[in-house]
Amino acid sequence: MSAHGHAAAAESHEVGSTKLFTWVWIWLLLLTGVEIFLGYEQIEVHLMITMLVGLSLIKSALIMSYFMHLRFERLGLFLLLVPAMVFCICMMLIMFFPDSIRLMHMRPH
Amino acid sequence: MSETELEGIVESPWSGGASPFAVNSKKLGMWLFIVSDSLTFSALLISYAYVRLSTPDWPREFEFYPAIVKSSFMTLILLSSSLTMVFAVNAAQEGKVSKAVKYLLATMAFGLAFVLIHATEWYTLIVEEHVTPWSNPWGVPLFGGTFFGLTGLHMLHVTIGVAYLGVIAAGFGKGKWNSDHVEVSGLYWHFVDLVWMFIFPMVYLLSIKPR
Repeated sequence: MSAHGHAAAAESHEVGSTKLFTWVWIWLLLLTGVEIFLGYEQIEVHLMITMLVGLSLIKSALIMSYFMHLRFERLGLFLLLVPAMVFCICMMLIMFFPDSIRLMHMRPH
Repeated sequence: MSETELEGIVESPWSGGASPFAVNSKKLGMWLFIVSDSLTFSALLISYAYVRLSTPDWPREFEFYPAIVKSSFMTLILLSSSLTMVFAVNAAQEGKVSKAVKYLLATMAFGLAFVLIHATEWYTLIVEEHVTPWSNPWGVPLFGGTFFGLTGLHMLHVTIGVAYLGVIAAGFGKGKWNSDHVEVSGLYWHFVDLVWMFIFPMVYLLSIKPR
């Protein structure tokens, strides 16, 4: 995220080079490869879902920062959009997950 | 009013000027739509993760071929379509109209390929494996409900995206619209790609058939 004021405004049109975007694409493919590899490992399901969602969050951060140019926009736009969205998603997680983990522990072994 | 003119008005992001975010209203509108749409998908994905984690006998029936190979290839297609979309936006901003239109058409071709491959996969599941949103031979009806719900809504987004890009490519090619329109359509397209980055591991990779 770039700095405030005119410096950021001057940067707002520098939207990255072909090389930069190709590198981001390669990283996204590599992270996808890691996810597929993990899919074939015998890992407990809630550890697996945590790792897969973690990797997906890294991928979505790359897409939003570079492909969607959020890194080249003003800090204000990022602050308008992302914290509120993350807060709402966390609220949904707080509602759901304690109960799903409780159900998982209740099942007969 | 152009962005350079707006810069003259706005001294700092917090000074209450005409455009504190230094983006045009189309772009801000698309971003706000993306935030609301991401919450829709989050709710669906979180509900899915809830039933997935709390159902001990969740069907794990996705074979390496066709399901995992096809869905991995579809991921490659969508990521590549995002790259061509980025190139389309860059070309549009540099004023290279025909180059931008070509990249937009390439993005649409990737999108269309995604939908077609997805359709063959749905066909296999529905016709050969007898999986519907209400029932399946593996005993957990929610498998079909969540699978078709999530992938169906995503596929609808891709289909709308292909049509949207078609309209933008035609309008930009004729000089009816400017590069801002291309950039805003790009935001939508990357968002569709971003959502798949969650659907692919959660829906497909968590239901791989154990070896």
